Amino acid sequence: MIRLLLIAVAVALLAIAPFHFYSVTLMTIMCFVIFACSFNLLLGYSGLLCFGHAMFFGGAAYVTGYILKSTPISIELAILAGGVFSGLLGLLIGLLTIRRQGIQFAMITLAFSQFLYFIFLQSSFTGGEDGMQAIPRNALFGLFDVSQNLTYYYVVLAFTLVSVFVYYRVVHSPYGEILKAVRDNQPRVESLGFDPERIKLLAFVISAAMAGVAGGMKATVYQFATLTDASWPISAEVILMTLLGGLGTLLGPIFGAGIIIWLNDYLAGFGEWALISQGVILLIVIVFFRRGFVGELSALATYIANRRKPDPKAAASNPAGAQ
Amino acid sequence: MASMEAAVPAGAVASAIDQDYALVGEGLTKVFGGFAAVKDVNLAVRRGSIHALIGPNGAGKTTCFNLLTKTLSPTKGRILLNGVDISRLRTAEVARRGLVRSFQISAIFPNLTVLENVRVALQASYGTGYHFWRSLRAVAPLNRRAEELLEQVGIVESRGTTAAELSYGKKRALEIATTLALEPEVMLLDEPTAGMGHEDVEPITELIRKVAVGRTVLLVEHNLSVVSNLCDRITVLQHGEVLAEGTYEQVSNDERVVEAYMGGVDE
Ligand SMILES: Nc1ncnc2c1ncn2[C@@H]1O[C@H](COP(=O)(O)OP(=O)(O)OP(=O)(O)O)[C@@H](O)[C@H]1O
Ligand SMILES: [Mg+2]
Repeated sequence: MIRLLLIAVAVALLAIAPFHFYSVTLMTIMCFVIFACSFNLLLGYSGLLCFGHAMFFGGAAYVTGYILKSTPISIELAILAGGVFSGLLGLLIGLLTIRRQGIQFAMITLAFSQFLYFIFLQSSFTGGEDGMQAIPRNALFGLFDVSQNLTYYYVVLAFTLVSVFVYYRVVHSPYGEILKAVRDNQPRVESLGFDPERIKLLAFVISAAMAGVAGGMKATVYQFATLTDASWPISAEVILMTLLGGLGTLLGPIFGAGIIIWLNDYLAGFGEWALISQGVILLIVIVFFRRGFVGELSALATYIANRRKPDPKAAASNPAGAQ
Repeated sequence: MASMEAAVPAGAVASAIDQDYALVGEGLTKVFGGFAAVKDVNLAVRRGSIHALIGPNGAGKTTCFNLLTKTLSPTKGRILLNGVDISRLRTAEVARRGLVRSFQISAIFPNLTVLENVRVALQASYGTGYHFWRSLRAVAPLNRRAEELLEQVGIVESRGTTAAELSYGKKRALEIATTLALEPEVMLLDEPTAGMGHEDVEPITELIRKVAVGRTVLLVEHNLSVVSNLCDRITVLQHGEVLAEGTYEQVSNDERVVEAYMGGVDE
């Protein structure tokens, strides 16, 4: 009940947010919220460190942009097409890489993303160094004009809420339980009769598709797609967001993305300082707050709750799991 | 014996063996880069029995387990489960056919709750393993069975605890509950009492005795008192080879075994 109320309050706040904050910044944050959630699904819940996640983000941005530029297809379908493209790309790359573990997996995914970066750089349809300019916002469902940022904000918000729900659903599904088990102890899952590689492959495809939706959406927000979106610093940034927010926590990537984008925006005027401060923050988080923002907060909450409880009673009320 | 075999058609002999033995390893050999960890091991586990595999550290016991469950592929030899050659199957397929193992190092899922740990195993036959679009309500019907299993191993009161927080003994119990969830016909337990204090050894021994009813169990165990009061038959490995096989009496009176193994252990 309280959860539903909190969600209602959050949605209401999000609905009035563009009247108080710059809507493009808010939309950027939301794109990265989806992107970071997709990344957390991999690293946080499957234990897979993909160091080339930008290929799904940037690749989908081009696909969505290209569709909008060259066809009258409505904007929501173009974004979904970006997701489908990245999901298929994820399937292909996943089939080739999923057997690798740990740092090997990270390096191979990085190699693939560098390769794709090179293709995007050389192709003519992407606009190479100049990027893909003037991507139109075709009417929503072919009916509603969304060229104004304030109007478009609500489309982006809807996409974000649905994506976060999908992410939540996957994590808290029967499959999510198996996925977490694979992360914790892959040989054991195999010895129970599952095929851990197929389980991880599915997570990889879902994650890639989500990253694609995020990238496609970003292309429609800025109305251009650039090589930057497919470059390795973006892959690094999403790792930073996820770690900062709290790996393997449901809300972690949401806060991580918000904090990083807001910081980038705030520090943009200071040039290099933005990068340096990011580095310092990452260092602080890794050294002092291993569980990330959300992880530390929930640990603190548990700690306080435990202290409040008088000890003998805590021991007596044994079924602590009946939350 | 030889004349009898000659008189009976080969097929009949094979089927007689099939019925008596749940798990058979024939001429198992595993070579790791020139080093033979297991050499020409023959092992036959009688259906419904508790069979122990013992031997000094590094004798090749865990490697044998890895071969039998196809975690490793044998360099040579074959494995029969109920008379069916499973040498070419993958671990997951072997498990689905009823041969399930536990691990020497506690194989639990530390970040899942105790109940979730067992439910993962129950999902294997429930078929919801890939259902990513459904809520956890879809597996709620499994909770009762999971609790029954936890009850059976005596840790049902910890069902909501994160598995990482369990004591060592309870982790082993949880691992057994997870293994039992698959209702395995043949259970392979790798050192179920390893690293346990005295107070935990007795309950686990009783637990194994209890869950072994109606199943076939092969276990690796260093604690000889557990072996002597639990196991029907014992195979002793040394340097990757079978040194002796028989009942506890037979094996413990075997000179070579005393010399190679028991002499070095103060029980
Ligand atoms: N993957 C591997 N690669 C190379 N050598 C291995 C491998 N696994 C095991 N060995 C070697 O094979 C030998 C047998 O190991 P194994 O783990 O089967 O022994 P064990 O009987 O289970 O010993 P313990 O009682 O210590 O558990 C050891 O010398 C070990 O070093
Ligand atoms: Mg061993």
